[in-house]
Amino acid sequence: MGIISKVHPVRSHSNAAQGGINAALQPEDSWESHAYDTVKGSDFLGDQDAIEIMCREAPEEILHLEHLGVTFHRNEEGQLGTRAFGGASAARTYYVADITGQAILHVLYEQLMKHEEVERFEEWFTTALVKDDAGRIAGAVTRNIRDGSLELFSARAVIVATGGNGQLFSPTTNALICTGDGIAMAYRAGAPLMDMEMVQYHPTTLAGLGLLITEGARGEGAHLYNAQGERFMEKYAPNKMELASRDVVSRAEQTEIDEGRGFPDGTVALDITVVPRKRIHEALREIVNVGRDFAGVDITREPIHIKPGNHYVMGGVKTDINGQTGVPGLYAAGECACISVHGGNRLGANSLLDTLIFGRRSGQHAAASGRGLPVPEPAKAELAAEREMIDSIVSRERSGRRVSELKAEMGAVMDKDCSVFRDEGRLQGALEVIKRLQEEVTTVAVDDKGSVFNQDVLGVLELQFMLDNAECTLVGALERRESRGAQFRTDFPERNDGEWLKHINLTANGDVPAVSFSEVTMTQWQPEERKY
Amino acid sequence: MSDFTLKIRRYDPESGEPAFWHEYPVDLPPERSVLDGILQIKDREDASLAIRCSCRAAICGSCGVRINGKSALACNTRISDAARRAGPGKPIVVEPMGNMPVLKDLIVDMDAVHWKKIMRVVPWLLPAGEPPEREYTVPAEAMIDVTQSMACIQCGVCVSACLSLEVDPQFVGPAALAKAYRFVGDPRDGQTEERLRDLAEDPHGIYDCTHCFACIEVCPKDVAPMSQIMRLRRRATGDFEIKDSNNGYGHERGFVNIIERWGTLHEAQVLPRSFGEGSFVKGQVKPSAVKQLAETLPTALRGLRSGKVTPKKVIVHPKLPDQARVRKVMHTIESKPRLELNLYIVGDNSGEEQGAMAEGSQEL
Ligand SMILES: Cc1cc2nc3c(=O)[nH]c(=O)nc-3n(C[C@H](O)[C@H](O)[C@H](O)COP(=O)(O)OP(=O)(O)OC[C@H]3O[C@@H](n4cnc5c(N)ncnc54)[C@H](O)[C@@H]3O)c2cc1C
Ligand code: SF4
Ligand code: SF4
Ligand code: FES
Repeated sequence: MGIISKVHPVRSHSNAAQGGINAALQPEDSWESHAYDTVKGSDFLGDQDAIEIMCREAPEEILHLEHLGVTFHRNEEGQLGTRAFGGASAARTYYVADITGQAILHVLYEQLMKHEEVERFEEWFTTALVKDDAGRIAGAVTRNIRDGSLELFSARAVIVATGGNGQLFSPTTNALICTGDGIAMAYRAGAPLMDMEMVQYHPTTLAGLGLLITEGARGEGAHLYNAQGERFMEKYAPNKMELASRDVVSRAEQTEIDEGRGFPDGTVALDITVVPRKRIHEALREIVNVGRDFAGVDITREPIHIKPGNHYVMGGVKTDINGQTGVPGLYAAGECACISVHGGNRLGANSLLDTLIFGRRSGQHAAASGRGLPVPEPAKAELAAEREMIDSIVSRERSGRRVSELKAEMGAVMDKDCSVFRDEGRLQGALEVIKRLQEEVTTVAVDDKGSVFNQDVLGVLELQFMLDNAECTLVGALERRESRGAQFRTDFPERNDGEWLKHINLTANGDVPAVSFSEVTMTQWQPEERKY
Repeated sequence: MSDFTLKIRRYDPESGEPAFWHEYPVDLPPERSVLDGILQIKDREDASLAIRCSCRAAICGSCGVRINGKSALACNTRISDAARRAGPGKPIVVEPMGNMPVLKDLIVDMDAVHWKKIMRVVPWLLPAGEPPEREYTVPAEAMIDVTQSMACIQCGVCVSACLSLEVDPQFVGPAALAKAYRFVGDPRDGQTEERLRDLAEDPHGIYDCTHCFACIEVCPKDVAPMSQIMRLRRRATGDFEIKDSNNGYGHERGFVNIIERWGTLHEAQVLPRSFGEGSFVKGQVKPSAVKQLAETLPTALRGLRSGKVTPKKVIVHPKLPDQARVRKVMHTIESKPRLELNLYIVGDNSGEEQGAMAEGSQEL
């Protein structure tokens, strides 16, 4: 058993989750309530069997983490204490100060250090998944970043848990490593992707850098203003104002910006100064730091410019409730997977939970079904092919644009034409750009010709992964001719349950992905109008 | 946009050449980070320049370097601040972290030093017996207390800055000892005494720290490793009477008194106070203490020389603006059993409670 990670595991992006993790563990709460909130939040595109499993198993998972050593916040009695979270009907979010994801990730790494029987390949970069002749997964080709050597790992089962793909968009709240590698590798290996068009935009991200300003600011009473000094949410959500649901606020902001009432840098202003200073320092400490360190703004004295920004991908590699993908022996879990528990819109603090529950289920299923199977012999030709591909990138002479220029063009077009508002024309235009970049990336050259920590060549591989992701996102967005959850089509502004209460599946098929559909699994909740 | 110059130490292990310096111009808004500058160089000029980075927000712990000689995260050092500290007309000097071997450019071998030391402290929970059916019932304060060391992102910046490590590479070091406190301070752990005894008896353990404050000063997450080391010592001597041949306990008491009075550490006072049971006047100077004091002096001097204790700092030691609060926190804390000063908490308990609620009442 081995674990491969392109960065040291504690550098993984799960660190960024500050808020917490949901579970109906308090006696007055119920898993049904958690499940209903999740179904509703998903705009009824979530699969209810998977959601039920997640919400039923959540309390057990929290206790397991607690026993491993996560320093969860306690109440006065010394028992696990909760905080309230948006979109939830009970306070069921467990947390560790403002470092929940980090605390969980680091405690899980403690366990990895303890269990030496799990071999760790830290700073190893997987470039491709390999199958055997029968079409079953047989292993992966992986590059040791430290010395540049390429190895063929054979495996009875492979679980892809490579996280999100926020770097397709510029800016994004996601870290630089979130490049959708596993989504692209699984897709290339023949596994269908699902609901790739469902990309969450968060209402308050820093202009330029894309760093997240938590909704805590608005929770504390901060206001949103356009450049004319109007508190514009009055027009869009007179009752809930700034605290309307995330997609509503993002759409409102984008409308202001698009109609010329934003600031020249394409933003609106978040005014936190209305919150008492003392309260800011107590409750919004992290944002004070982010404002100071990353925007040069003292949020206690002046408004900060923000805009909707890319945050999370609900879609991903299609799996069943045990993490199995369309390729035998290949599993997916975490943000790269689409089971789907998040449907059209992810509920806050459900993502870490999804990652943990279905990560464990995938592991258990893979172990049980892989046991007894012979160790496969992946085709050596794959290793040679990957080596040749990498060598050709490294040896190529520069003839055109830099990797960074291609990446910047992709990020800009995705953010411009495949974000809060979408329509057929813009999506088509973006798809053409992506298609052109897919061509251009095959000719791109690198500066680094070495083997040791050649981040340059890995950047090319990541860009290729991202372009595959981008293509699928655009194809899915074009296909779904309705507005649901995070997808808002100005040319189809209504939700259309009659035709579109279904998942969009994409399978690699030469030049363009093959599109098919699958049913949304419903157990006890029928679609209804979504009002908060 | 402003123009800055980054002078970066380059090293390519495959070239057979020694490390060399190279200057790069970058233009960035002043509030952007040194990491943004480095990424701009990679994007525009030379993508072979190697640095680990991911989050760009002081969360992942990848981008530790030395900037103008000072260990820091590149992503939370503002480029204009770095330029100001470099001095007019001088480039911002960026080099890899210290105390760890360089692998390439700004990348050091964390496994060979940092992670090896982390492994040294048995970095996982060792509960006594089987876990309970529900959660362990433990005081809320205890969880908050260990959360300060839990906030460590394993960036190695303190390891890079540690003076003791420079002198004794075998020293367990600030990050690993902070990690040790994460278990010692955790009521769920069943090996508290064994852990303390182990680290007290190791000549490179908790008494190998020379109190240079460097780790406290450079840590980007306010983990305050030296304070965690102090707590380990206090628990070793106070709770388990593990012999302390180096007068660590007295030193510690002086330290606490100063914090209470001044809010931050007044380095010039720590040494005298620690040998006088917390006050100059009461101080009854034992012969062993004199010897100790003399032995520790070079540390203080070194602090002076490296700018960690500036003469100005010694003379005027401004109280923190919220000094009343610090004292309040300390008194609240001291009135409760076992809870110690936690620099992670600002504000009183109720504030923290509300703050936590407020921050969480929204998803991220
Ligand atoms: C700013 C922010 C705040 C958030 N807050 C919350 C919150 O409060 N609550 C919540 O529930 N969720 C939150 N989320 C979402 C949540 O953090 C993520 O969805 C979740 O952590 C993803 O976990 P993961 O294990 O799937 O991926 P990651 O943690 O990103 O891990 C991916 C792993 O795959 C490895 N990898 C990737 N590609 C390769 C390759 N080619 N070869 C080898 N290894 C590879 C990486 O090295 C890494 O170790 C937040 C997200 C962001 C961006
Ligand atoms: S205070 Fe101690 S642990 Fe911290 S840097 Fe100085 S010698 Fe190292
Ligand atoms: S204690 Fe601070 S400086 Fe040291 S590794 Fe942890 S976060 Fe980094
Ligand atoms: S890039 Fe993550 S800590 Fe600097």
